[in-house]
Amino acid sequence: MDRLLFGDNQFFGVNHMSEEKARAQQMRFQDINAIIDVLDNAYDEGIQSFMCTTHDRIALVCDHMRKDPARYKDFKFLPCMPYAHKYANAVTEDGILGALKRFMPDEGFLNAALRGGMSLAKKDIEGIVTLLVDAEMKMFAGLNTPVIFLQNVVVDLLLGLGFKEAFRIFADHVKKRYNAEPGFITMNLPMLLDALEEQGIDNPIVCANINKIGFRMSGGFEAYEAALRNRRFRAIAMSVFASGAIPPKEAIEWVCEQPNIESIVFGASSRGNIRNTNELVQRHWPATSAAAAA
Amino acid sequence: MIRVAVVGLGKMGLSHHAMINAHPGVKVAAVCDATGYVLDVLNKYTGVQTYTDFDAMLREVELDAIIIATPSGMHARMVKAALEKNLHVFCEKPFCLDTRDGEELTRLAEQKGLVNQVGYHYRFVGAFQEVKRLLELNAIGEVTHVLAEAYGPVVLKPKGSSWRTQRSEGGGCLYDYAAHPLNLVNWYLGAPHGVGGSVLNSVFSKDTDDEVFGTLYYDNGVSAQLSVNWSDESFRKMSTKITIFGKNGRIAADRQECQVYLRDGAQLPEGYQSGWNVRYTTDLTAPVWFYLRGEEYSAQLDYFVQCIAQKRAADNVNSFQSAMQTDRVISMMIADAERGATLRADDTAAMVAAQPKKKKSGLQFWR
Repeated sequence: MDRLLFGDNQFFGVNHMSEEKARAQQMRFQDINAIIDVLDNAYDEGIQSFMCTTHDRIALVCDHMRKDPARYKDFKFLPCMPYAHKYANAVTEDGILGALKRFMPDEGFLNAALRGGMSLAKKDIEGIVTLLVDAEMKMFAGLNTPVIFLQNVVVDLLLGLGFKEAFRIFADHVKKRYNAEPGFITMNLPMLLDALEEQGIDNPIVCANINKIGFRMSGGFEAYEAALRNRRFRAIAMSVFASGAIPPKEAIEWVCEQPNIESIVFGASSRGNIRNTNELVQRHWPATSAAAAA
Repeated sequence: MIRVAVVGLGKMGLSHHAMINAHPGVKVAAVCDATGYVLDVLNKYTGVQTYTDFDAMLREVELDAIIIATPSGMHARMVKAALEKNLHVFCEKPFCLDTRDGEELTRLAEQKGLVNQVGYHYRFVGAFQEVKRLLELNAIGEVTHVLAEAYGPVVLKPKGSSWRTQRSEGGGCLYDYAAHPLNLVNWYLGAPHGVGGSVLNSVFSKDTDDEVFGTLYYDNGVSAQLSVNWSDESFRKMSTKITIFGKNGRIAADRQECQVYLRDGAQLPEGYQSGWNVRYTTDLTAPVWFYLRGEEYSAQLDYFVQCIAQKRAADNVNSFQSAMQTDRVISMMIADAERGATLRADDTAAMVAAQPKKKKSGLQFWR
């Protein structure tokens, strides 16, 4: 994995500090070209991995990248699924069956319906999980997706319920069908590591909030520190700036001192901010792969 | 270990189940829902004991407490049965559709010394707690008005029928959305002595309201206004905002931040200054043992558990008693909205009687 990954919260009006800022960002990124411009900025600064939700609008970004394979040959999508609002809305509008139909993959209605329908009838979650993953992956056809993530709302819901087998099913399917690494996003890192270990998922990619002030690090700051020191997993730090509560230099300096972190995911809306973050990371965390292409 | 059952596995019930199941002091002994399908999947993959029959579950399972997240119309019967079994009860909001039921259940819970809590999670949001703290410190002086707003994208077109689309079942914007800002107003100002100008209007729904407006009246001219709409697609998700006007300043808060303007001469709380002050969720939010969808959802369940563990039944920030204040305001607003306008355009007699007396001494340029 690249050391610096580009996130997408800023594009979809997700801001943990201020609803006003979130709305201003939504307005700015209403036009898909505004999103593509920022992605181009990041790519030209040497940031080649885009960790993105499977939001409908990301499909437009995918179309754009597919049209120019020469320019984007090193561009990597790291899809994070599902985009939960999409399902919630679809189920409210069309009911469960209608929603499933809407998200059927291209392999054909009959095949998918058999897999989904049989699974529904047998209460066999494997068929349903794999069907939904395939539906979410539709938009990335022909693009490079080396890691596929399960979103934190789903990971943490399954974790809380004790529905741990679903992690195994997801991991196996992603490896087998997409030749990709499975990744898990969580707000409860220590607890999730136990569950993944229990399921025999070795050295998993796990993305969690890791920041100096302990913001949304459930299980406790010390437990995170211990996990980074002692557990076998590939950590991606997110929310390193704690939504802006920590000044950039201080935030990056701290996170770069932590052991065992493989990547940092960050969001930015301007080339200047992208460059600043990239430079900070290069300074405090030498030998970043992001630096090579810049 | 506190033994808990979760009843009703809809959106709220399922997330309560996940959070409470992860709590180190709790064992989820059973779950209950009307649809067998979800239960069978949960039982197959997590091993939790499941019931479709609520009363059978109460008879057969040893429990200390129960979380009730069924459609609102079912709350009263289930809460009563649980209290009679001496269980501590956490019930989703709104508490009871009929305030007489609510009063009876409040008495019963208090009589038995059982912990009783309703799921008004905004009272566990850091920014809204900061508002409460500032009001108790009298930071903005005497409060004259509160504006309580909530907007979000729930009903965006006419659609099929479920309990959420029927006001008689506790569905609609008033019960589902407006209850939250109303509950915050109750927390900050107490119970109003009256309501007026209530509007419950449908935008898309056939059998219930999608937008709610109204005024709450308090003593000494203090008032609150409510503006709520769940058919507003311009919001990504539910957004609740409280603005409080005082003689020495103003507070505006939502889930993310608390913006405070304090005039010179205001009583400055520690760390605050004259002029603008902003506190963000990152400063105001205490960590939780398990995070699913916002600290406040975890925090309210932990609070329930702590109240049971520490035997603090009489002291709950979201007791049945306090939720009843909100239920009563909801009932008042429904009755008020049915009356329609209180002054009609053709009631000229009333308007003439209220006209200011004209002075003969010419124009007035100042008051």
